Amino acid sequence: MIWGVLQFPGSCDERDAQHALELAGGETRLVWHEETDLSGIDGIVVPGGFSYGDYLRVGAIASFAPAMNAVADFAAAGGPVLGICNGFQVLCEAGLLPGALLTNEGTRFICRQGDLITGDAESPWLSELAPGTSISIPFKHQTGRYFAPPEMLDAVESNNQVAFRYAPGQNPNGSLNDIAGVTNEAGNVLGLMPHPEHAVEAFTGSTDGLRLFRGPAGVAV
Amino acid sequence: MAKHRELGLTDDEFELIKQKMDREPNAVELAMFSLLWSEHCAYKHSRKLLKNLPTEGPRVVMGPGENAGAVDIGNGWSIAFKVESHNHPSAVEPFQGAATGVGGILRDVIALGARPIAILDSLRFGELDTERTRYLVDGVVRGIGHYGNSMGIPTVGGEIYFEPPYEQNCLVNAMCVGIARTDEMVRAAAAGTGNMVVLFGSKTGRDGIGGASVLASAELEEGDASKRPTVQIGDPFEESKVLECCQELLGNDLLVSLQDLGAAGLTSSAGEMAAAGGTGIDIDVGLVPLREADMEPFEIMVSESQERMLAVVTPEMVDDVLAICTKWQTDSAVIGEVTDTGDFRILRNGELEGEIAVDALVDGCPLYDLDPVEPSEWIYGNNVTLDENAGPSEIALSLLGASSIASKQWAYDQYDSIVGSRTVHRAGAADAAVLDIPESDRAIAISIDGNGRRVAGAPFQGTIEATLECAANLACVGAEPLGVTNCLNFGNPEKPTVAWQLSQSVLGLTEACEALGLPVVGGNVSLYNETPSGPIYPTPVIGMVGELPDPFKSGGQPWEDSNWVALVGPFNPSLAGSELEKSRGQLGQGLPDVDIAPVKAAIELVRDAVRSGKIRTARDVSDGGITTLLSEMALDSGVGCDVSLAPVIALHDCSEEDALFGEAPGGFILAGDRKAIEELGGKGVQIELLGRVEGNEVKVAAGESSVEILVAEAKAAFESLPHRIEA
Amino acid sequence: MITARILIRPKEGILDAQGKTVEYALPGLGFTGIEHVRVGRIVELKAENADRLDELCEKLLANPLIEDYEIEIV
Repeated sequence: MIWGVLQFPGSCDERDAQHALELAGGETRLVWHEETDLSGIDGIVVPGGFSYGDYLRVGAIASFAPAMNAVADFAAAGGPVLGICNGFQVLCEAGLLPGALLTNEGTRFICRQGDLITGDAESPWLSELAPGTSISIPFKHQTGRYFAPPEMLDAVESNNQVAFRYAPGQNPNGSLNDIAGVTNEAGNVLGLMPHPEHAVEAFTGSTDGLRLFRGPAGVAV
Repeated sequence: MAKHRELGLTDDEFELIKQKMDREPNAVELAMFSLLWSEHCAYKHSRKLLKNLPTEGPRVVMGPGENAGAVDIGNGWSIAFKVESHNHPSAVEPFQGAATGVGGILRDVIALGARPIAILDSLRFGELDTERTRYLVDGVVRGIGHYGNSMGIPTVGGEIYFEPPYEQNCLVNAMCVGIARTDEMVRAAAAGTGNMVVLFGSKTGRDGIGGASVLASAELEEGDASKRPTVQIGDPFEESKVLECCQELLGNDLLVSLQDLGAAGLTSSAGEMAAAGGTGIDIDVGLVPLREADMEPFEIMVSESQERMLAVVTPEMVDDVLAICTKWQTDSAVIGEVTDTGDFRILRNGELEGEIAVDALVDGCPLYDLDPVEPSEWIYGNNVTLDENAGPSEIALSLLGASSIASKQWAYDQYDSIVGSRTVHRAGAADAAVLDIPESDRAIAISIDGNGRRVAGAPFQGTIEATLECAANLACVGAEPLGVTNCLNFGNPEKPTVAWQLSQSVLGLTEACEALGLPVVGGNVSLYNETPSGPIYPTPVIGMVGELPDPFKSGGQPWEDSNWVALVGPFNPSLAGSELEKSRGQLGQGLPDVDIAPVKAAIELVRDAVRSGKIRTARDVSDGGITTLLSEMALDSGVGCDVSLAPVIALHDCSEEDALFGEAPGGFILAGDRKAIEELGGKGVQIELLGRVEGNEVKVAAGESSVEILVAEAKAAFESLPHRIEA
Repeated sequence: MITARILIRPKEGILDAQGKTVEYALPGLGFTGIEHVRVGRIVELKAENADRLDELCEKLLANPLIEDYEIEIV
């Protein structure tokens, strides 16, 4: 599979995402925020970092990039799209995922290893992760508290759009219903706050992230 | 007061300036002299001393005098690194002071053409019992996190200490490590008459006018709120764009030379580039992109607005350079030209505003000799914080909970220590940070270690100890040191006691580096860290980078149930200068002499043992002595230990308390299979089996005394710091 | 040209972590009797007219899911 990894001014983890995707068996290229031509690309990753310095609102300015218009079309056509941390924020701002991310309850930036429990969502990203599977992934963010107004939250839950929850007792930021990641209704777009691209090398102590990155290739059309 | 005195120049210095210029300097010229002849820029009181440091070695690619030092890491790649202080600004505005301190050291590494891959910080504050100290600690840690995290550069290590002499003068020393292709690194020297000078990055505003340099040349007085307007504000998003811009410019070979703008802004960057190249330089302030339209020429020349770089570019390449800056959404402009006049000329829209001979400005500052006098007694005072009836177990818990010793995870959790996918050992996880360098098929290790209290007791020995500790930390992850950077934080060098501390410390650093065969490739000096109540502890902070062949054999593992525990090295413990002595209020002058050779042998033995993969648990004994280290190791794994220090007492004829809580260089605790440990014997390094890993208690016997604490109790003490900071 | 001042606030009912942090810190600094602290943003701009300001707010300056806004023409 050929992956496009978006790059905005201020993106930080784009090369880490490329590295992870390559370890999972794909080829990658960076997609500059001004590009709109995604031909030849089988999947999109919107990486972590501080696009536009998190100015105005996390992910807000990046959500208007020309590349994001192309990503919206790509997603509408069913292509797999993954948003990690800032990428999750951008996808929410762009309306491709339900909800919003707010400042951590403790207001501080946190970086630590933690456990996620896979939810009931059906998604090409989760083809190797059955519901209930636990994975060890680093959490690192300052604006990761998942929020959706009551009706939207009910819909996310009842439509099986919860991709991951923080393991019991490990919610680091006050996210509603311990939600760490969600999908869109069709399941091809998935966003999560923790960083699977930092759990792909044995020397970090966990390679669970690879199971997420290998997902779409496992169901490739 | 005469203008020159207001700007920090002495009458003699002013006379010398008039002599060199053959006239009185005008306002712009005087402002420029006052900055470049300040202690911070000219190293007036330290330059003569620093000439003694060893700076050469087979792996050195860039030495002192360039933007940062660099060592060859193999396969065509080099590792660049440097440490710098931002003490005074952090005491005035901790968040921005620390943030811009990080930004500044990043730019030094970026200016070399390297991509930063790690940050470490050495921080020192007063005790946590004041609101102000808690405010400083909180602000500094948030500031470091803010800048490093936003740039996507991991903060992988550091240290935090709390001692009364730093209460009014906190220390914030930031170290950056970067990677570059050896033949693509760029020097700072301007070259080529007729070449253009390009400024890019943030617009220039009034940040820090009269800022870092001036603050660093004068002691802090009461009521420093009025200095707040001169503090610089950092924008890490801008710097991340500047970094990518620099990498692209250098990757396309578009620059003759590159320099970052730091203290004294355009004046020092342009001046130093010209001095290094032996050229003259013309700068037209009318061409500088400004944030505020009505800035005076002198303001533009001394502004310390952050995130700016200066480049020398051949005329044919200028358009390409400006185009790349535009792509990265960063302001840029041609603001001057390299000349052959030997003069630094300042123009405004073509009109001459000032003219100074480059060598007078950059190298003409008088260098001063120090007048060292050894103090007859301990000048720093003492506080009793330990109950005089405390038995060994209570002492053990008290030391674990001491602010300087307790877990710093509260701070490390606020730093992204994993971005970049190189981090093998995260901040706080092992004695040194380890980063994978697949480009060169190996890993590097980094440690930053300073000492104030012990150096105050004996500057020569204390500085040797700090250097040895840094090398010992690297050994615990299997790394061999390649080079040293250092930041020397001292009080007012014009005072005889501080002069003595500084001279002795540099002599100690020289001795240790020569004995270890390590070159000093760069560093920083921060003087005048002093208030009316006295100087800080003399605090040399040592940063070291080393290499190891295999990141999978880099120690850092917790010990395991039934492992054997051994003490390795010449470790001859004493309570002199120790954390226990501090808590008893008994600190004084003097430390035992240090015999470097056996410590060096132990360091090499431990390094090889870890590299072989046979020993996966190795830690060096430092603050709080053996008992404290054993307790920390028990907490790391959840399993306690049962050991006896009888061999230590017998070998060194020391007291029971010395054995339990004494400190000294050259002590390592290793844990593993008995066979693996015994195989290390017979190589001339002292190895003593102390006992086994087992149970839920830390039991340390020393003659009639013994420590017996539950691992759970140790945990509560060791994890008590956050409560004190967020009180 | 008009000058507009747009005040953006977290919606009522949403946990405002920054506002709460400020509120909790106040008694320790000697301020009592202060409650319901909310931390928002002000955006000031000059425009030819007010025609598209609501659209600007809805699309970019505020996130209607989590924020309210008020436009003031100065």
